[in-house]
Amino acid sequence: MKRLFHEFLKGLFHENPTFRLALGLCPTLAVSTSIVNGFGMGCAATFVLLGSNIIVSSIKNLIPGKIRIPCFIVIIATFVTIVELTMKAYFPELSKSLGIFVPLIVVNCVVLGRAEAFASKHGVARSIFDGLGMGAGFTLALVLISAIREGLGNGTLMGLVITKGFEPALLFILAPGALLVIGILIGIVNYLTSLSPKGRG
Amino acid sequence: MPDSIFTVSPAPHIKSGLSSRKIMYLVALSLLPAGIAGVYIFGLSSLKVIALSILACIASEAVFLKLRNKDPMVALDGSAILTGLLLAYNLPPEIPFWIPVIGGVVSIIIGKQIFGGLGHNIFNPALVGRVFLQISWPVYMTTWKNPRWAVDAVSTATPLAREGAASFSYMDLFLGNHGGCMGEVCILALLLGAAVLLFTKIISFHIPASFIGAVMLFGWIFGGEGFFKGDFIFHLLTGGLVLGAFFMATDYVTRPLTKKGKVIFGIGCGLLTILIRLRGGYPEGVSYAILFMNAVVPMIDRYTKTRKYGFVQG
Repeated sequence: MKRLFHEFLKGLFHENPTFRLALGLCPTLAVSTSIVNGFGMGCAATFVLLGSNIIVSSIKNLIPGKIRIPCFIVIIATFVTIVELTMKAYFPELSKSLGIFVPLIVVNCVVLGRAEAFASKHGVARSIFDGLGMGAGFTLALVLISAIREGLGNGTLMGLVITKGFEPALLFILAPGALLVIGILIGIVNYLTSLSPKGRG
Repeated sequence: MPDSIFTVSPAPHIKSGLSSRKIMYLVALSLLPAGIAGVYIFGLSSLKVIALSILACIASEAVFLKLRNKDPMVALDGSAILTGLLLAYNLPPEIPFWIPVIGGVVSIIIGKQIFGGLGHNIFNPALVGRVFLQISWPVYMTTWKNPRWAVDAVSTATPLAREGAASFSYMDLFLGNHGGCMGEVCILALLLGAAVLLFTKIISFHIPASFIGAVMLFGWIFGGEGFFKGDFIFHLLTGGLVLGAFFMATDYVTRPLTKKGKVIFGIGCGLLTILIRLRGGYPEGVSYAILFMNAVVPMIDRYTKTRKYGFVQG
């Protein structure tokens, strides 16, 4: 049980997909303009990660090595389609603002990376916790980035005006703001991990 | 015989006595005429912008140096002052007080210190600050003030942004008798400062000449209706071209090293400036052009490497 919990925790911190592995940066850059978008994207990716990790780890011995990537993609695409249709049916606004980036989860490096690097080598139980941890880490990073960007760039948090008289800096809502915020956050995370000898390397 | 009468050291053995501190202060000094002209044209509010911007730069540099366990007094080596001065010259003369302050902090911290301080920055810090402000608060950054003696002294567009720019005479543009950023309007004052820099050999003519030459050439070819009918003198005298070409593109840290490289750099800046002015979404492109070319400086340096003295091509 402790080991399973470790698989979950590592996705949050030491192997955080965005800050430590630098995976899945395209959707992070694109949709982190508001907390709602960031959270929605994170949840969608978490569901896909969980589903693909479960299926890939349970049929890993049936998948021929040479064509494993196409097999992973088919599995991932199935779950992405589920998410996409569900989102369209129940959260039409979110689906509209995330746009093309929901179907693009198919090629999200986090999902494919975990299928290839983890689920195809480990058992179902560990893969479930790995998927949940990675998904939670991805969601956490997305919410953090989009909170900073929405707050500084739009003057709101979750759509609520936080301060009056504060003139939001448009730059943070635009693409350069995303790169700037992610760069600075990765810098901070690297600095913090360099402080503890355990996190080094 | 004591060893101390011989100094054993690697090259260089002959030093000019010019330190980077001296150069920075000389450049700042050569920018003074343009600043005085700006204050004279737009009134005392522009002096406030200059002071705030310089103070913000020095303060953020000192704080960041302290955080990096370095001597905070290095903040007075002139580079922060120069950055603040250049940033202020790139701002409209009348803006809320916090704009130059944020600009100064962004210039120094994101533009310079994050890369490791003076000598390590890829991009011109003052331009990083300016572009940050330009993208973040476009309304403030493009609300120009007319010269204080003009009838409608509230706000206008720069000549570049105005349709039918022919309403200005070349003399007005040359002397700075129009709305614009405070340090870029008076070409005469800028040229005075530039002459000092060229005369004292702090900058060479390669970058400014190729930059301005390219803007005029491409402005002439593409600027008008049909080819070869553009008003190239207008393109020379408006916007931040002279300020950018003499004082910002020539920044020691972010320009190429060789003469050939400098010419390529200048032509690239000029081409991009005209491209943005004529086809881009912004009326002015000098700052984006210089930043873009800053990014390719390492590549330019790589392909224009000088042959080592005494080595024969194998």
